[in-house]
Amino acid sequence: MNVIEADKLTKRFGNFTAVDKISFEVKKGEIFGFLGANGAGKTTAMRILCGLSQPTSGQARVAGFDIYKGTEQIKRHIGYMSQKFSLYGDLKVWENIRLFGGIYGLSDKQLKEKTDEMLFTLQMEDRRDALVDSLPLGWKQKLAFSVAVVHDPQIVFLDEPTGGVDPVTRRQFWELIYQAAERGITVFVTTHYMDEAEYCDRVSIMVDGRIDALDSPKALKRKFNSSSMDEVFYSLARKAQRGE
Amino acid sequence: MKQFLSFLKKEFYHIFRDLRTTIIMIVIPVVLVVLFGYAISTEIKSSGLVVLDHGHDLLTQRITDRLISNEYFDFYKQAADYEEIDRLFRKDKIKIAVVFPTGFAENVGNGSEVQLLVDASSPNEATSLIEYATAIINTELSEGALQTTGGITPVVRLLYNPQMKDAYNFVPGVMGMILILICSIMTSVGIVREKEYGSMEVLLVSPLKPIYIILAKAAPYLLISLVNILTILLLSYFLLEVPIRGSLMLVIMLSLLYALVALCLGLFVSTVVSTQKGAMLICAMVLMLPVILLSGMMFPIENMPWILQLISNVIPARWYIVALRDVMIKGLGVLDILPEITILFAMVVGLIVLSVKRFKIRLE
Repeated sequence: MNVIEADKLTKRFGNFTAVDKISFEVKKGEIFGFLGANGAGKTTAMRILCGLSQPTSGQARVAGFDIYKGTEQIKRHIGYMSQKFSLYGDLKVWENIRLFGGIYGLSDKQLKEKTDEMLFTLQMEDRRDALVDSLPLGWKQKLAFSVAVVHDPQIVFLDEPTGGVDPVTRRQFWELIYQAAERGITVFVTTHYMDEAEYCDRVSIMVDGRIDALDSPKALKRKFNSSSMDEVFYSLARKAQRGE
Repeated sequence: MKQFLSFLKKEFYHIFRDLRTTIIMIVIPVVLVVLFGYAISTEIKSSGLVVLDHGHDLLTQRITDRLISNEYFDFYKQAADYEEIDRLFRKDKIKIAVVFPTGFAENVGNGSEVQLLVDASSPNEATSLIEYATAIINTELSEGALQTTGGITPVVRLLYNPQMKDAYNFVPGVMGMILILICSIMTSVGIVREKEYGSMEVLLVSPLKPIYIILAKAAPYLLISLVNILTILLLSYFLLEVPIRGSLMLVIMLSLLYALVALCLGLFVSTVVSTQKGAMLICAMVLMLPVILLSGMMFPIENMPWILQLISNVIPARWYIVALRDVMIKGLGVLDILPEITILFAMVVGLIVLSVKRFKIRLE
C-alpha cells in the first residue's frame, strides 16, 4: 500500500522551477530518504506534501488524501519535525509533550500514558520537569522526534533532523526511527549525511528539481558501480546546473 | 477546543516563565503614571522671584505680598538694582523679576507701568509666568482701585478641570500609550518569534487552525492590558485625584476596545516583518511615536499643520484619548462618544481583514 503518491508534481516561483515534474511512491512502513544538494528542491517538495505549499501543477496523495482538497485531513495524519525548531525551550519536557499531544487532539488519559511511555523509552523519566532548554541538543532532538509521532501518524516528515548532532547521538536517533517504522509509521526523511542514506530502505536523489535516481541504497551503489552512497551522490550531484 | 486550550496554556507559560518581561509590563504603567504625576510636570510651581521696588508705597507692597503668597512664585529677595537682577538671572536663582517704577501708586490709571523681566530660555514657562504675574497684579489693582478704573472684570470659570491639573490630560494619554506598547509590541513579537524559531511551520503543519494561534497569542495580552487599565485607573483616582465622572464600565469597555485595536495592529505588524527586532522597531517607531506626538496627548492637534492633522486621523490613540477624556473628565455617556467608538471599531475590522489577507497560512 502506498501512503505517498506523487505524479508529475511541479512548483514554479516565477521563472524558476523549484520542483520539476517529480513522480514517486512511498510504501507504508518504509523509511524513505529524500536526498539532494542545497537548492535541489527537496524542501519545497516536502512542504508541498505537508500542505504548507500548493503545487503549480501535478497530483499527489498523502495518507490517502488529495493535497489540493484534503489538506486538513492530511494534517491530522502526519507528523513533522524540522532541524530549525525542535521544541519550546521555555516549556518543561512534559508540557511540550502535552502541548503537541493536545494540538493533535489526544485525550487526557492518552496523554498521560504517552508521556510515561515516551519518557521511559527515552530514559528521561528524571527529566520530566526539566526545561527543554536545559537538555543537551541530542536529547532535545530525540524528544522532538518522539513528540512528532506522539499521535501515531501514518507518516512522519523529518527535515534534516540530525543537523549539528554528533555521530553517536545520530545513531541513537536512527534507532528511534527504526522503532517508529516497526510500529508502521512511514518515515520520510531529508538528510545531508550519506551514512544516514545507507540506513534508509529506499532513497531518491534530487538534482535541479528532478528526481534523478530512486532505489534502495544497495541497488543504487550497484547501478553506479560505487562502494558507498557518498560516491553515488557525488556522481549525480556533479551534473547539477544550479547552485545554492 | 481542547487544541485551543493546550495552545493557550503554552502562551501563558511563555509569558509567566519570562518573569522579567512580565514584571516590566505590570510595572511600566505604575512608573509612567508616577513619573507624569510628579516628576514631569508642565505646571509652574515655585519659580524664583525678585522684586525691584522703586515705588516704595502701599500699593507696591500689597502687590508684592500677593505675589509672594502665591504658590507659583518662590520669593527670593528684594533686589537693590538691575545689576543684581541680572546677576540672579545668570546664576539661575530666579525666573522672573518685577520692577515697580518710582511714583507707581500716584500714576496708577494714567500710564503707570510695571516691568516684568522673565527668563525666556524656556518659552512656554516664560509665557505662563507672565500670565500668572499679570493676572495677580491686575487682581490687586482692580480690587484696590475698582472705583477709579470702572473697567470690565471678566469672571472666569474653568469647566471640568477647575484646578487646571495636568493629570486630567495625561492619564488618558498614558493609557493610550501603555495599551499600544503592551498589546501591539508583545503580540507582534510573540507571533514573529514563532516564525523566527521555525515553530510556526510546525504549528501550520499541525491541525491547529491559524485563527486559534492568533487568538491564543492575543488573549494573554488582553488580560495583561486589563490589569494595566485597572492599575492606571486606581492610581489616577486615589493618588492623582483624577475623577471618573462618567461610567466606570464605559471607561473599561472603551479601553478594551482600544486594546483590541492595538492587538490587531500588532497582528498586522507580525504579518509584515519576519524578525523580532523588526517587529519591535516598527512598533516603537511607527506606532509609539505617533501616539506620543500626534495623538493630541502632548501637543494640541488644532495647532498642527494640516498635513499632520490629516495623519493624526489614522492614529487610534487620537480617538481613544478624546473619548476617554469625554467620559472620565467630562462625564459624558456612550451616545456622546459614539463617533469615536465607531471609528475604533472600524479600525479593528479593517485591520483584521488586512491581517487575514496577509497572514501566510502557506508560508510561501
